[in-house]
Amino acid sequence: MTPAPLTIVNARLVLPRGEPVSGAIRMDGGQIVAVGPGVVPLQGDFTFDAKRQLVTPGLVDLGVFAIDKPAFHFGGITRAALMPDQGPPLDHPARVRFAAQSGKPGLWVHPLAAATRALEGNEIAEIALMRDAGAKAVATGREWIADSGTMLRLLQYCAMLGLVLVSHAEDGGLVGSAVATASEMATRLGLPSAPAGAEALAVARDVALAEMTGARLHIRQVTTAAALDLVRAAKRRGVAVTAGVSPAHFMLSDNALAGFRTFLRLSPPLRSEDDRRAVIAAIADGTIDTIASGHDPRGPEDKRLPFADAEPGMAGAETLLPMTLSLVRDEVIDLTRAFELLAATPARLLGVEAGTLTVGAEADVAVIDAERPWIVDSDKMAASAGNTPFDRQPVQGRVTALFKGGTQIV
Amino acid sequence: MTAPTPSHAGRYPAGRNAFPHRDLLGLAGLAPHELLFLLDEAEQWVELNRQRHKRADLLSGLTIINAFFENSTRTLLSFEIAGKRLGADVVNMHAATSSVKKGETLIDTALTLNAMRADAIVIRHGSSGAVRLIADKVDCPVLNAGDGQHEHPTQGLLDALTIRHAFRERGESGEPFNGLTVVICGDILHSRVARSNIQALTTLGTNVRVCAPPALMPAGIEQLKVTPYHDFDAALAGADVVMMLRLQLERMHGQFVPSPREYRHLYGLTLERLAKAAPGALVMHPGPMNRGIEIDSNVADDPAISLITRQVEMGVAMRMACLDVLTRAARGTEGWQ
Repeated sequence: MTPAPLTIVNARLVLPRGEPVSGAIRMDGGQIVAVGPGVVPLQGDFTFDAKRQLVTPGLVDLGVFAIDKPAFHFGGITRAALMPDQGPPLDHPARVRFAAQSGKPGLWVHPLAAATRALEGNEIAEIALMRDAGAKAVATGREWIADSGTMLRLLQYCAMLGLVLVSHAEDGGLVGSAVATASEMATRLGLPSAPAGAEALAVARDVALAEMTGARLHIRQVTTAAALDLVRAAKRRGVAVTAGVSPAHFMLSDNALAGFRTFLRLSPPLRSEDDRRAVIAAIADGTIDTIASGHDPRGPEDKRLPFADAEPGMAGAETLLPMTLSLVRDEVIDLTRAFELLAATPARLLGVEAGTLTVGAEADVAVIDAERPWIVDSDKMAASAGNTPFDRQPVQGRVTALFKGGTQIV
Repeated sequence: MTAPTPSHAGRYPAGRNAFPHRDLLGLAGLAPHELLFLLDEAEQWVELNRQRHKRADLLSGLTIINAFFENSTRTLLSFEIAGKRLGADVVNMHAATSSVKKGETLIDTALTLNAMRADAIVIRHGSSGAVRLIADKVDCPVLNAGDGQHEHPTQGLLDALTIRHAFRERGESGEPFNGLTVVICGDILHSRVARSNIQALTTLGTNVRVCAPPALMPAGIEQLKVTPYHDFDAALAGADVVMMLRLQLERMHGQFVPSPREYRHLYGLTLERLAKAAPGALVMHPGPMNRGIEIDSNVADDPAISLITRQVEMGVAMRMACLDVLTRAARGTEGWQ
């Protein structure tokens, strides 16, 4: 089953450091065996002409809610960390083992073990057994863990097992049944809302507990200026905390809610324009470490409802890359950093040998036409549902070929 | 009977341009002349409703469906009477108590009503934005009779009409709204009545003060061009109209307000408190009232002070005007096709 050796030539390689360089990448036995300017195909290699397009690591999407291969492949995603919020939840080793196999060969699913049984936030789940069944990290799920004692013991346990804890940072008491951020817009629309500070409050507690335990904490989505300041300060103190975000929170603010469109019902909810700008600044200065899709396709039965009754979530796998590339075009970040956010850092947090174009890494490689324009259309998505908040938006950047473990899959 | 009275000519554009909207989903975004047009249109129905024979056949042959997904007695009755007095066939659908509340069912219900070829649908629903969701799926005009905590536009209009009538009966001519000071006191956070009143009154130039304890005051309310107060006595100083909101008793007891009697202590409208308002200040309440909590009986029942029953009267006329105006295009009224 080992694929034949393959060399992608005429590439603009996005390497772990520096500007993109012209060159080639050679894959053999499912791994990258040579990459750089001087690389040439060997006798008998298949060759693939990249025609001066970008050649990058396949995206490693840290925190998706569904395995949706067509959408992931459209978006250049070769590995997806699956949130434990499944039906039933990933709180049992057998389910973790099954999930870990569910995307192969074209997609590697890295299950995130449920931190607590049934994700109820009370009893710590069998994390060690799930780790040995293939879980690459632990996640609290869509909700935060209300009890600080449980969270403390959980972080201690994760630290001992060498697993990152992926947390959702919104204080449940403040959030209640809110579906929007307390603001002029929520007030105008009469939507149940919670103060943006619910996020900072949760981040402050979880950072404090991470600091006490020495655990590695990854806050999956940090979306407010106040919470980002806390993360920034914690990093400066040397706390092992990382932060993620999804494109909705750097592209959109709650001004977009005016039409009650449920595709904009997200968790955490869209924030103010000031917070949106703070997210962009935090991506620029390194406070934010990962950009993920939060891919959560939802059909009409979940979305064709009044705003507050609709389920949260967006189909984000297809737009993850173009939205991140818009930050490159706006000169917020460079290409190298974009793929650090999209691939290298998520892979490092999951502890998998992927996410960079380096010799010895898995040959997960995307060929990208970074300039190609297209229009997001919720009616014509590769995803199993078209609940995108970016409907009808013109974007740039499209995957034209994708390789997983050295085999072309797109 | 439908032609605007000649004295109003020039106040707003002719024909359909006076109110170029298919639906009435909210008062946010309506222009002052659009609000005044609807108020002016209601005047004829105030007159009619005071006659012994209260029937116009304007909507004869049309079907109006009142689809209420949330319990209502007053508003439903008011819309039913309004439709019947205009000669329409009025059907009431009570979906509030059944399981028809969530899921696809809402859209399915909308499509069902549409397939029955209603000429107008009046909807109340417990979720903000739900009425708009339905309006997007049907082909006829939709009137919002209250959606969650968002808007209750006919209430905002009838309150404005009530204020105008009261001031005109005192001998003031023209529009009383500009420069008037109105206090809205109570659970602003959860109130669609407050939102629609804020939208209507601020658009018409009224100074609006909103008064509530912090837990019942929505974020960013001052962006809606109102002045927030926590101290009811301060809010009342110099006010011309005091609108009290109903306190949902189930929201009391700890979560938002410690107790009914403590709420009354701070926010109950008593005669003594009312004395802090401008001389001759008028009192309103959308009903139903919690007597002895947000409003005392001797305030609510004094016809020299209270406009509360007048609001109910104006409600029917206002809803007749809205049903008339929104069905004009379908009826082929000249200038409205």
